[in-house]
Amino acid sequence: MTPYRSQAPAGRDGFAQLLHAEWTKLRTVRGWMIGTALAALLIAGLGTLTASGSYSSCMKGSAEVPCPAPVLGPGGEAVRDRFYFVHQPLNGDGTITVRVSSMTGQIRKPDVTPGVRNVVSGVVPWAKAGVMIKKSTRQGDPYAAVMVTGSHGTRMQHNFTEDVAGRPGGVSPQSPRWLRLTRLGDTITGSESPDGRQWIEVGTARLDGLPAQVRIGLFAASPGDVTVSSNTLGGTTSASRFTEATAVMDQVSVRGAGTGGTWKIDDIGVTTGLDGVTPHHPGRLARSGDTFTVTGVGDIAPVTEEGGIERTLTGAMVALIAVIVVAVLFVTAEYRRQLIRTTLLAAPRRGRVLAAKAVVIGAVTFVAALAAAAVTLPVARRIYQGNGIYFLPVGTLTELRVIVGVAAVLAVSAVLALALGVLFRRSAMAVIAAIVAVLVPYVLATASLLPESVSDWLLRITPAAGFAIQQSVTEYPQVISHYAPVAGYYPLPPWAGFAVLCGYAALALALAARRLRRSDV
Amino acid sequence: MEATIEVTGLRKRFGETLALDGMSFTVRPGQVTGFVGPNGAGKSTTMRVVLGLDAADEGQALIGGQPYASLRTPLRHVGALLDAGALQPSRTARNHLLWLAHSQGLGSRRVDEVLELVGLRSAAKRKAGGFSLGMRRRLGIAAALLGDPPVLMLDEPFNGLDPEGIVWIRGFLRSLAAEGRAVLVSSHLMSELQDTAGHLVVVGRGRVVADAGVAELIAAASNGRVTLRTPARPEAMRVLASAGATVTVTDRDTLTVSGLAAEHIVGLLSGQVIPFSEVAAHRATLEEAYLELTRDAVEFRGTPR
Repeated sequence: MTPYRSQAPAGRDGFAQLLHAEWTKLRTVRGWMIGTALAALLIAGLGTLTASGSYSSCMKGSAEVPCPAPVLGPGGEAVRDRFYFVHQPLNGDGTITVRVSSMTGQIRKPDVTPGVRNVVSGVVPWAKAGVMIKKSTRQGDPYAAVMVTGSHGTRMQHNFTEDVAGRPGGVSPQSPRWLRLTRLGDTITGSESPDGRQWIEVGTARLDGLPAQVRIGLFAASPGDVTVSSNTLGGTTSASRFTEATAVMDQVSVRGAGTGGTWKIDDIGVTTGLDGVTPHHPGRLARSGDTFTVTGVGDIAPVTEEGGIERTLTGAMVALIAVIVVAVLFVTAEYRRQLIRTTLLAAPRRGRVLAAKAVVIGAVTFVAALAAAAVTLPVARRIYQGNGIYFLPVGTLTELRVIVGVAAVLAVSAVLALALGVLFRRSAMAVIAAIVAVLVPYVLATASLLPESVSDWLLRITPAAGFAIQQSVTEYPQVISHYAPVAGYYPLPPWAGFAVLCGYAALALALAARRLRRSDV
Repeated sequence: MEATIEVTGLRKRFGETLALDGMSFTVRPGQVTGFVGPNGAGKSTTMRVVLGLDAADEGQALIGGQPYASLRTPLRHVGALLDAGALQPSRTARNHLLWLAHSQGLGSRRVDEVLELVGLRSAAKRKAGGFSLGMRRRLGIAAALLGDPPVLMLDEPFNGLDPEGIVWIRGFLRSLAAEGRAVLVSSHLMSELQDTAGHLVVVGRGRVVADAGVAELIAAASNGRVTLRTPARPEAMRVLASAGATVTVTDRDTLTVSGLAAEHIVGLLSGQVIPFSEVAAHRATLEEAYLELTRDAVEFRGTPR
């Protein structure tokens, strides 16, 4: 008898066929497609609902008004631009030199007796005073300044985000410091000197497109005193209290076209009190001959507290549960019904089967989450803005990283959950394991429940580190702020945190492949 | 590729239990080979080892001369029906076959062909979870036939089916074998394989106890036994026993005699003037042959009362 030969067309045996098969499996179980769609809807729904339900208003005098949009710096970032400025016009090139011989100040501490202001003498580390060239007195305009600080020595700063260190140490009448700022075209050079004769360059700044006429003068500012206190649960709360700094500057010399006239004063960015007229915490100038005593409140620095655009995508945390459930079921359903045998009959090379499953669940999750995030972020941001809430603006690339990053975190978490499904072979255990690995550390770390050091470690060593990829806010060494997970700051850089999550997924996949290859099914 | 299954010296232990103890046999094309033995004899384990799902501790299993794991597009070489319940209940019958087809680079046309072949065309769009056992079996057979393979392995395909389903599968298997395929069908009930299998591999306690054609097996089981009907049972027993025969009482007036030919028995009884009404060479049924072969191999047996 002639042995039978298969009449079926010779099919191909490639990875593409396995991918096709796994995709067909995924899309033909309605519950799984609904679960994936639900994940996308949760991102979009929670994002827009939270936005619609959030509202912020500001007081102008005694009237409630919509909050103004944040002041933006030349780089497009939100900035704080509040200081006391004693200035003159400067046309074209020029220079200003002063001697700073004292820096003192006041800090309001938490009230000891309720209702009684507890103000002590002192300067905060980043209190700053010195000389500045600024495009105009408008908030957010480009500037460059050289300054002495509370405890960070001489600094050259420009355009809010840039900071270069000069010599360390503070100033006193016994050891004053000379500061000089020179404009040559668009380039501004800052120098310092211990005696007014020997000059050391601190740094240079290029302020592109600076007009011919700029403002040149003396300034002082003092950022709020940020204190972080532990609450009863072990979490933290932060507060920022009023401070002011007073610098004594003399031997003032300004050279250049347009200078030499009277000094103008501006309390840049001052707000008014409840009556709408009286300035709230004003700065001041006391002049005695050639000696200028300038007192300033506020800061000239990027904003770090308002929260980033990633706050529009917090629905991803809930979506993650749906993603995990679908990814786990994608494989444990096969174990439960022993369909895994049929799968391995069709593809005896088991590592490839696992790889195909991982690619399919990862890709499908990624596409669904990406679509949801790409729509939700701009829509929710618009709703928030309409309700008076502004996020710290970021560049297009950062925004793309946040959108793609959230989708990628969900996709890689799905792969991790799938691998746990192979390892445990049981839906409930694998789902719980994945949630404990990814979601629980994230919630604990960001919910202000744990001491910050614990939160930081959770976001370094657990798969939840991957959420770092959605951080859009920047930590600035020259700004004291509450840089903690609860405020949206992760202990690892975005891609490093994402790499930790990927590492866990890769490890789980490797263990799953080992288990799948070695055991009978 | 040759349409054969070759199993050589398989051993496998699950903890304390020796599931396979030197299992060896060959399945040839063109006939249905019955793979029979009591529950726990190692039939399913052998099939899983052949299909690369379980790893044997020793020995090898080849399909057309190759281990299963080395087959590319394996469903074109072997079709298997292990557990008809291995289905995602919420997936339709057609979609179940569709992903399988895609894994082998086959298209939806082949899916529709096999659905037609097993008579499930009208149920193609229904969820497999709602299928009766018979329909699930048909779907499983459709999956096994997807790659039109020369080798088929079916584990207990008759189990739990109604008579109509049994008749359908029997006819189907015979026609598949007639096309030149090697068809291995396991069962723990010999009667299910009657009139279907041309060859039998009888297993017990993890090893082969008989590997022969059906006719051969029946002849072997009947060998040398004679049924004697007599009203003078004790006398007949005495005479035959003293002549060296082994005599068993099978009924009130019936004896089964082995060790003596029928003519010899007639001579002895006639010489002693012992009456008898019938002397016949015993012809065993397949069931008897099976029970005989597997008597020592049954793991669990009811205690006779």
